[in-house]
Amino acid sequence: MSSNTVPTDAPEHCPGTGSEQAGKADACGGCPNQKICASATPKPPDPAIDEIAERLSHVKHTILILSGKGGVGKSTFTAHLAHGLASDDTKQVGVLDVDICGPSIPRVMGLEGEEVHQSGSGWSPVYVEDNLGVMSVGFLLGSPDDAVIWRGPKKNGLIKQFLRDVDWGEIDYLLIDTPPGTSDEHLSIAQYLSKANIDGAVIITTPQEVALLDVRKEISFCRKVNMPILGVVENMSGFVCKNCKKESLLFPPTTGGAEKMAADSGVDFLGKLPLDPRLGQCCDEGKSFLTEVPDSPATHAFKNIIGNIIQRCNKGGSTEPDTGETQMDIN
Amino acid sequence: MAAPVEQTHASGLASVKHVLLVLSGKGGVGKSTVSTQVALALRQAGKKVGLLDIDLCGPSIPKMLNLESHEVHQCPEGWVPVYVDKEQRLGVMSIGFLLNNRDDAVVWRGPKKNAMIKQFINDVFWQDVDYLVIDTPPGTSDEHITVMEALKEYKPDGAILVTTPQAVAVGDVRRELTFCKKTGLKILGIIENMSGYVCPHCSECNNIFSKGGGEGLAQHASVPFLGCIPFDPQLTQSLEEGKSFVDLFPQSQTLEVIRTIIEQLINKPDT
Repeated sequence: MSSNTVPTDAPEHCPGTGSEQAGKADACGGCPNQKICASATPKPPDPAIDEIAERLSHVKHTILILSGKGGVGKSTFTAHLAHGLASDDTKQVGVLDVDICGPSIPRVMGLEGEEVHQSGSGWSPVYVEDNLGVMSVGFLLGSPDDAVIWRGPKKNGLIKQFLRDVDWGEIDYLLIDTPPGTSDEHLSIAQYLSKANIDGAVIITTPQEVALLDVRKEISFCRKVNMPILGVVENMSGFVCKNCKKESLLFPPTTGGAEKMAADSGVDFLGKLPLDPRLGQCCDEGKSFLTEVPDSPATHAFKNIIGNIIQRCNKGGSTEPDTGETQMDIN
Repeated sequence: MAAPVEQTHASGLASVKHVLLVLSGKGGVGKSTVSTQVALALRQAGKKVGLLDIDLCGPSIPKMLNLESHEVHQCPEGWVPVYVDKEQRLGVMSIGFLLNNRDDAVVWRGPKKNAMIKQFINDVFWQDVDYLVIDTPPGTSDEHITVMEALKEYKPDGAILVTTPQAVAVGDVRRELTFCKKTGLKILGIIENMSGYVCPHCSECNNIFSKGGGEGLAQHASVPFLGCIPFDPQLTQSLEEGKSFVDLFPQSQTLEVIRTIIEQLINKPDT
């Protein structure tokens, strides 16, 4: 990725925050961030980037789960994508949770209270099943009340360790669950993985415009850092009442929902997931919804989407983010 | 972007009577929804209100109050908030007003976010506001540490914690409670949002995201429980359209809950 970014609200003729002139150019005078830019001397590339590329060379497919907005179901989706992929016994799957301040993966995957062990070859993931390993900051905390009150650099340090030091072994899929936003964690991931082979990002959203607004920002982010986008998933699409079995829209897609947003932004749409309260319940209990409720429409939707993702990974990467073409889902 | 105003401390928050932070460990539980509704209801209760959005990467407030195309202006005292009404009883400040394009991503690391937040705290000219409601991003990181540091001298009243009922959300809010304790921020109470959804077809109440998690957490942590806001499609719709729910649906039960919450905030004993 290019580290020289010109902030959108920068003064005219801003040389870019990563430039050698950052904080020193004429245009920087009076900019509120002048000091910050000036103090950041250009750094040589981090040697960890090569070490991470080496570590992840044993990973066939790396998929990032992103969303601009919080609470749209990134961790739920990550966990179930992992369960779905791991239901094929011949595949090895790893889940890395880089949400440092709000790690949900341990609970959603039923691993609360587990600890990480260290071996000669690095940190060992915690295994849900023989072919499904998980790593999260949640395993490093002593109590569920412990807060990780860290600024960016410490978070970045831990993410680097997670990417470099976790001994995944030979795995087929590494799923990386992220916190909401477009800040330290995301920039670090993009930077640290710049030499590793990433298949791309799956972007999760809910149908309402308030969420789509943030998701468009996430798409802009992916383009800025040259992160390929595998596609967009719309979560909590509709809700079927358990009493009358009729569907209603909890988050009305007032601007056409994720499908239209994806089409407008030129990224693939991977599918819709209806809201099934049993899914939330499974997450609270740390069970796989796919095996607990195999006949739910949500399970079928999940399986379709998982199929779409596998297909895109096997094609050897995603569609180019800028081509604007939408591919047909053959499943 | 406007240059910082140097002689800030005369403006800043000096004329603000009460500062309320809306926090949650988890994203998407309704922090911005609660912030806007609390602000609108406080205005309805006759207060002069400011609403500051420090979620820099995902600002939702401008959309929710239908202020998306507005810009921030500068006056000698600092940045002028964007006002929702002509009477200037509800002023809003958000990074959303500083972006040229609504799809622009603010891809900033901590130090830049911190500088922006400090400016928001020190350089906005709020003008005798009774309540300043601060909406935050999820987590316990840069934004939160910085806003607490910047607010120290203004003695914020405390934090309203928002959660949804399910255990996954409550788990993150427990961490936010620890953050409040560590930083010495008083917890005004917990709100459980998206608590129950009444089916529009048959009026059956569905507990989409379980039930009672917020109240249980409040008991567990011995902090006040402020109330349950149900999942109300009228509220969601109002937010999508940027309309004032509290003014449009005066008969709504949801509004009743919001009013009860406001009363508890207004009538709390002054510390």
